[in-house]
Amino acid sequence: MAIRERMSGNEAVAYAMRQIDPDVMGAFPITPSTEIPQYFSQYVANGQVHTEFVAVESEHSAMSCCIGAQAAGGRAVTATSSAGLALMWEMLYVAASSRLPITLSCVNRALSGPININNDHSDSMGARDSGWIQLYAENNQEAYDNFCMAMRIGEHKDVRLPVMCCQDGFITSHAIENIELLEDEIVKNFVGKYEPENYLLKKENPLSVGPYDTVAYYMEHKKQQAEAMKNAKAVILEVAKDFEKISARKYSFFEEYKMDDAEVAMVIIGSSAGTAKAVVDSLREEGIKAGLIKIRVFRPFPASEIAKALAHVKAAAIMDKADSFSGCGGPLFAEVRSACYGLDSKPVLVNYIYGLGGRDVVTTDLKKAFNKLLEYAKKGAPEETYYHLGVRE
Amino acid sequence: MAYNLREELNKPERFAAGHRMCAGCGAPVAIRGVLRALDPQDKAVIANATGCLEVSTFLYPYTAWQDSYIHTAFECAAATLSGVQSAYEAMKKQGKIDETYKFIAFGGDGGTYDIGFQSLSGAMERGHDMVYVCYDNEAYMNTGIQRSSSTPRFADATTSPVGSAIPGKQQNKKNLTEVMAAHDIPYVGQTTFISNFKDLHEKARKALYTEGAAFLNVMAPCPRGWRYATEDLMEICKLAVETCVWPLYEVDHGKWILSYKPKEKLPVSEYLKKQGRFAHVLKKGNEWMLEEIQKGVDERWEKLLKKCEQ
Repeated sequence: MAIRERMSGNEAVAYAMRQIDPDVMGAFPITPSTEIPQYFSQYVANGQVHTEFVAVESEHSAMSCCIGAQAAGGRAVTATSSAGLALMWEMLYVAASSRLPITLSCVNRALSGPININNDHSDSMGARDSGWIQLYAENNQEAYDNFCMAMRIGEHKDVRLPVMCCQDGFITSHAIENIELLEDEIVKNFVGKYEPENYLLKKENPLSVGPYDTVAYYMEHKKQQAEAMKNAKAVILEVAKDFEKISARKYSFFEEYKMDDAEVAMVIIGSSAGTAKAVVDSLREEGIKAGLIKIRVFRPFPASEIAKALAHVKAAAIMDKADSFSGCGGPLFAEVRSACYGLDSKPVLVNYIYGLGGRDVVTTDLKKAFNKLLEYAKKGAPEETYYHLGVRE
Repeated sequence: MAYNLREELNKPERFAAGHRMCAGCGAPVAIRGVLRALDPQDKAVIANATGCLEVSTFLYPYTAWQDSYIHTAFECAAATLSGVQSAYEAMKKQGKIDETYKFIAFGGDGGTYDIGFQSLSGAMERGHDMVYVCYDNEAYMNTGIQRSSSTPRFADATTSPVGSAIPGKQQNKKNLTEVMAAHDIPYVGQTTFISNFKDLHEKARKALYTEGAAFLNVMAPCPRGWRYATEDLMEICKLAVETCVWPLYEVDHGKWILSYKPKEKLPVSEYLKKQGRFAHVLKKGNEWMLEEIQKGVDERWEKLLKKCEQ
């Protein structure tokens, strides 16, 4: 029986962690993810989990601790945001290249500077090439569900990669909403036991981890890592299918909302998808064929699927809640535009950077973007494709 | 049972020959000395900070380590090992492991005094049942002899070179052993290689078999950085002790114990003259440098004697 509850995104993730009962949590407080280790250490204090909670002295050490724990043969989790993720940077790469399926809850927050505690995606987007699988959530339900699915994906023998489960800071992490939780036993059985082939504490066979990798081998190892990321696509879908059986909730690489006959579309990540759906609905009432794609999986990037989903669209706005300062668009735009390059008839694609540092994203802003798309759909592509939305001029 | 080097050397070797460390380097001597202190039936997981030791002992696909071993990065051997040790605790609680494992981190002075200091301090404060061993060769040797906070005053290093305006490193060596003692952990020891390795062995055993966090600082000279003849390794360590440049002592559950008091304290020049990095100190006209070094050594020695109630 599903459990109907009301809780914040942070509590939902901590709740999933309790149900999974990992071996080690290494964590350091940073707004807005702090509540996760707070909730979790209470579970530890209450004896509800067998986890060793390691209150490290920095996020760099949090990730180092998780790497050590996972390499030792245990399951390791952590939670962080913003500068915390940035401090982990070096170790994110070590985790991924050591093929250790650690699970990280990233509560998205703007990256300094100037310092800002509110939501955007600049933290996790900066880590997009670190070799981690990245799942994004629109709301607390998806944050919970993604976390429940993460280990099955990361630990799969064809994958063996760490997974970053992202949700929007404050908007999702702190807002209390309705949620449907799964029973403890169901989650435990779904996630299963962690049974790595080789690990440091395997008594029959000692293991050396983290070699100096010379020219003769390094590139082969990187190729294997790239293959693992490609393999993750099939595993993500397989795990989603199994998850649907226990939850009746359907997941894929992205969600398509009213896309079947859409002429103008928006591609977006995270909590703003809810706002965008409301705009799509109101445009539909006006007779405008608008649609929305909400990205759930950013790494691996579902390029061919996205291209297929956008193939029939005349114009689309790609929404980035992070700038990449490339001078020509944000990270999602770069991926989507690249994915669509092979299409015979390409939609007009424009990029909007929006919601940086917690800047409110309202329906009128998104409607402006759609109105522009209608214009481009008629007149063709604009010369400039890189815009900032909701900025005072 | 009394210490017997011959018997100790009969134990199965846990650090294989064939690694690529230099001849005359103190680091592998320190590693073997520490690993010999393990009971042969006990298993171990070794964590290693990036440095000479790591890049010379675990080049894919070869490893010199008979025990499980993990290297992640330069500044986080202690944090990495605290993760391994925590997983061990969790898995033991669940009955997944029944063997006794010991946890040992090895880092050079760069990875310990400097970039890894925060991670070390955190792991020691949290009290993980592990030993952190610093093999202190007083500079960043792996990258080419750059000064660290462990480099002593006036030493010639590639980022504190001897020039016509500045005669080598201007700052004093950080007293890390005392900093670690200030963490109030169960065991802190300072040692190096003298005579039959008894002091290193006994301190390593105490560090390994004392419950909780332990720190061992082992002076481990580097022939390239210190510029000495490779065969002089043991002689230099002995002189470091006999001149009181590197006193042997331990802090066992808060009690300061001097391990060795030279019968006749030798002048520091005896230690310096063996090393090219101090050649300028012994040149005519630079007597003031030698005096300053001697004064610093004397002051620190007197303070240590007081702490050890000598």
